[in-house]
Amino acid sequence: MNATTGAALQRNEAELIARILSGEKELFHDLIRPYERMLYLTAFSVVKNETDAEECAQDAVVNAYRNLAKFRGDSKFSTWLVTIVVNEARQKLRKTKRAKEESLDEAMEGEEGEYTPMPLTDWREIPSEALERKELREVLRKAVEELPDIYRQVFTLRDLQEMNVADTAKALGVNENIVKVRLHRARMMLQKNLAPYLKKTTAPERKGFWGRMPWR
Amino acid sequence: MEMICKHVWARISEYIDQSVPSEVREDIERHLEHCELCSAVLDSTRNILVLTADNRTFELPVGFSKRLHERLAKELGSEEELKK
Repeated sequence: MNATTGAALQRNEAELIARILSGEKELFHDLIRPYERMLYLTAFSVVKNETDAEECAQDAVVNAYRNLAKFRGDSKFSTWLVTIVVNEARQKLRKTKRAKEESLDEAMEGEEGEYTPMPLTDWREIPSEALERKELREVLRKAVEELPDIYRQVFTLRDLQEMNVADTAKALGVNENIVKVRLHRARMMLQKNLAPYLKKTTAPERKGFWGRMPWR
Repeated sequence: MEMICKHVWARISEYIDQSVPSEVREDIERHLEHCELCSAVLDSTRNILVLTADNRTFELPVGFSKRLHERLAKELGSEEELKK
């Protein structure tokens, strides 16, 4: 979204919100329509389960409606909404368990190095049409789902939903530098896990780097 | 300054987001011109990001939108009930 359409959208939303608060509450359906995908993906990045993610998305929408009067125009409506769904999803996760995994993830964060990509010498671009193959979609989804929780959440907001660094930091309750570090690690992990597979299954055989080194 | 591959890798994410300072950007680009390894790492990372962000990769469950609006309609309706 460029700045002009972003500003227009915000004006439009402010108007919708004012009308909803003054009684035209059915308009709330329209207000959230652009964010359905965002609600679901954000919830899914936390709870990692379709049913729970859907429930969180619904709870977040109801919650947002009930608290709409508390929304201050100083942040974007989308950021406010995403913060609500993150909180819903975190509460759900707490209820269902897993404080253990969470602390493991946090412990990993301090580690330096090791977030290196898979070295390749050539890359043949995989066109988007290849996504018609179910197998490819599954491999991509699985790689994202297998990222450690804290990396997957940042990756989902930044790269799947194209939220900016500041809004992502706000929604997740961390500082901007942490967002950047986690995003970098998430991307490197994905490259490392996916590139060899994608190269092997989608690109025609070509003599690689190691192939040119006879001593190996 | 001549960069080594490891330093380029450490900056790849920022480079993709165009948030590296311009002098670092120039160093990275100079390195990429002659390093096929880093070029392939960058291309593959970008490609993977495009593929994962495609709407077809993560699809909403069938009927998600319908159920969401039904739940909301119920909430809007129940409010009406309370007023009566």
